Amino acid sequence: MNKLLLAALVSGALSMPAFAADYTILAPAAPGGGWDQTARTMQEAFTAEGISGNVQVTNVPGAGGTIGLAQFANQDAGNPNALIVGGYVMVGAILTNMSPVTLADVTPIARLTGEAVAIVVPAASDIQTLDDLVAKLKENTGAVSWAGGSAGGVDHITAGLIAKTIGVDPTQVNYIAYSGGGEALAAILGGQVTVGISGISEFASQIQAGELRLLAVSSDERVPGVDGPTLKEAGIDLAVQNWRMVAAAPGITPEQKAAITADVKALATSASWKAALETKGWVDTYLDGEAFDTQLAADIAATETILKDIGLVQ
Amino acid sequence: MNTFELLGQGLIAALQVQNLIYALIGVTLGTAVGVLPGIGPALTVALLLPVTYNLDPAGSLIMFAGIYYGGMYGGSTTSILLNTPGESASIVTALEGNKMARQGRGGPALATAAIGSFIAGLIATLGLAFIAPFVVKFALSFGPADYFALMILAFVTVSAAFGDSPLRGLTALFIGLGLGIIGIDQQTGQTRLAFGVLDLLDGIEVTTLAVALFAIGETLKTAADREQVEASVMAVKGSVWMTLEDWKRSWGSWLRGTFIGFPIGAMPAGGADIASFLSYSAEKSFAKKPEEFGHGAIEGVAGPEAANNASAAGTLVPLLTLGLPTTATAAIMLAGFQQFGLQPGPLLFANNASLVWALIASLLIANFMLLVLNLPLIGLWVKLLTIPKPWLYAGILVFATLGTLGANGAMSMGFGSVRISFELVLLLVFGVLGYLLRRFGYPIAPVVVGLILGPMAEQQLRRALSISQGDPAVLFHSPISLVLYAVAIIAVLLPMIMRMRGKGAVLGQLASDED
Repeated sequence: MNKLLLAALVSGALSMPAFAADYTILAPAAPGGGWDQTARTMQEAFTAEGISGNVQVTNVPGAGGTIGLAQFANQDAGNPNALIVGGYVMVGAILTNMSPVTLADVTPIARLTGEAVAIVVPAASDIQTLDDLVAKLKENTGAVSWAGGSAGGVDHITAGLIAKTIGVDPTQVNYIAYSGGGEALAAILGGQVTVGISGISEFASQIQAGELRLLAVSSDERVPGVDGPTLKEAGIDLAVQNWRMVAAAPGITPEQKAAITADVKALATSASWKAALETKGWVDTYLDGEAFDTQLAADIAATETILKDIGLVQ
Repeated sequence: MNTFELLGQGLIAALQVQNLIYALIGVTLGTAVGVLPGIGPALTVALLLPVTYNLDPAGSLIMFAGIYYGGMYGGSTTSILLNTPGESASIVTALEGNKMARQGRGGPALATAAIGSFIAGLIATLGLAFIAPFVVKFALSFGPADYFALMILAFVTVSAAFGDSPLRGLTALFIGLGLGIIGIDQQTGQTRLAFGVLDLLDGIEVTTLAVALFAIGETLKTAADREQVEASVMAVKGSVWMTLEDWKRSWGSWLRGTFIGFPIGAMPAGGADIASFLSYSAEKSFAKKPEEFGHGAIEGVAGPEAANNASAAGTLVPLLTLGLPTTATAAIMLAGFQQFGLQPGPLLFANNASLVWALIASLLIANFMLLVLNLPLIGLWVKLLTIPKPWLYAGILVFATLGTLGANGAMSMGFGSVRISFELVLLLVFGVLGYLLRRFGYPIAPVVVGLILGPMAEQQLRRALSISQGDPAVLFHSPISLVLYAVAIIAVLLPMIMRMRGKGAVLGQLASDED
């Protein structure tokens, strides 16, 4: 019985809401994922730099972040201390899930980090270069199976954009969705699929070990420490990156938005944030204000077009 | 350096006081959360991730692994004593274990679970150290079609293994398969059967369904059954220790469970629950007294409990060597590695050898700690049965509700200004379903199995068909899938043939009686 009491106390303590916080950051994903790590890294840097005294992170996982987004937009409206982490995957999920709440229902503050998408084949594959892959796609698009993260996510979008750019029918892209690049890894290493596509960090150690061959990365510039061309260098005029952002609650005043933007900017330029980016291998793509709003609108429009081309959105 | 030297160095590192303390905290916490229905090792490790952010990487990972192992031990306790599985991997333990406890043999049931877990943990951890590279090569050769065949085998054996009537078993399985369709479809990103309810987008949480069907359903049935409430709790008769016969019947099951659990845990779509289901089916067919199954057969506790612990060690094979998480807990442990800037994968053994071997060595130590922690406390656990039933079931309701709230407590539903948790509403709805299933004699476990395996089977089937561009022949291409289908057919036909033979024997007996 003492054990049960102990267990009750432990669970009680674990599920107890923490103390009052200056900022609460909602990570709309399960603990451990990219958004959760972004939120927790922000938490660390906010307190380490003294920007915010006490920061609390909550997780509301599910449906590409749309569940967390909906909860945030409804429950935190007008709260100047509430932040939510999001990113490109959320843009796709809002469209494919026909989410009633979109990024227009929150106040986007800034883009924080970015990651290139890597296109890889197993070491034993007969595909040596991106040109070989393009030739196979042109010969029979459906015969090339792509393994990557969730349907409608950045991996899927990139595969569709590659097909569109080289002039083959994007609806024919044979995309096999896994819950993440890590799960797709087994299918790629086992030679079950033709090609793998996911964030570069998911494949980095296998590329280094020589088990996967990197055909190209999707970013504008080469990824430091990774030996592989960009899509543009390899002959496909395309650049995609999986970015992560932070947004504030709807219904805040312009002054409150300016104050939050100033805090986030102080965070993004701080030494602890930069050190954390270094450890995690994230690229600093900080962008705020009108420039970010314009970029976000362009990304949403482009995503809607490609998802319609792929056939995921009607 | 060979494996022995590396393991020796790991043991020296693991025996440092600091690492021993981390391991002890891990196994104690793990046992506690394993006992508590609804709160599992995945949730616990996830909650501890931010806390360990600034701690020593090796120590934190040792603690996480201790929680994982401890959860597998603790889950058996509530399954046996309260018929309330703390973990999905302990569901089958409840089938025989609780029957044993009701016959006053709760002590031996707990003992065979603890010793079986220890032996399986020991063998499987050594297996992890020595044969990891080979197991990974085999697991990688499984394609989507092979996984689909594995799921079919699991469905067939589960509906044959649970309950007396295959029709009722299949009905329960299809309830689970139906529930598994709810949510966002992974291959297309479209929502199915969510009816605009945001909380349903991610599907039905397995722990919520399991806790509801087992804990709430059982509570309602007990409350509805007047005689049962008035009946006094069965006191523990005889020794709490295992008899010589218990040992004789258990050791084979421990070893079979270990050898079923370890490879299945190491497979990318395996997991402790599948391992325990398969082990239960295997024990039922190997048993010398199959008629005891469903009435408290010790083999049905020993095998699955060994299997779920072996599978926990097996899970670490693809996690450490490939960076492939195969269970929820492994996925969160992967996040733990990444939090410390470590990337599990082929290079981890090369770049961070000391950390990996310290982790493996401390699993051996954690395993000893768990045995020491669990065996002497069996008497304490058994005393739980002497608690009056109304108290006991009130306690179960509290723990089930607390666990569900702790895991998914978002107050996402509301009537006016009153906020309520959607997950709790689900818990109660499924609790009533669990009561009705029990009331009309349908088995409970296939519902949960359907929810766990249904979506996996569907995804693997669609991946296989997508890769082959719609050609169904792909399902029968590989030798692995053919072998699995053959085993599935044997699993269906064998009991039928045996039954017919049995009938023939009875008819023959009747005929001879007439003479």
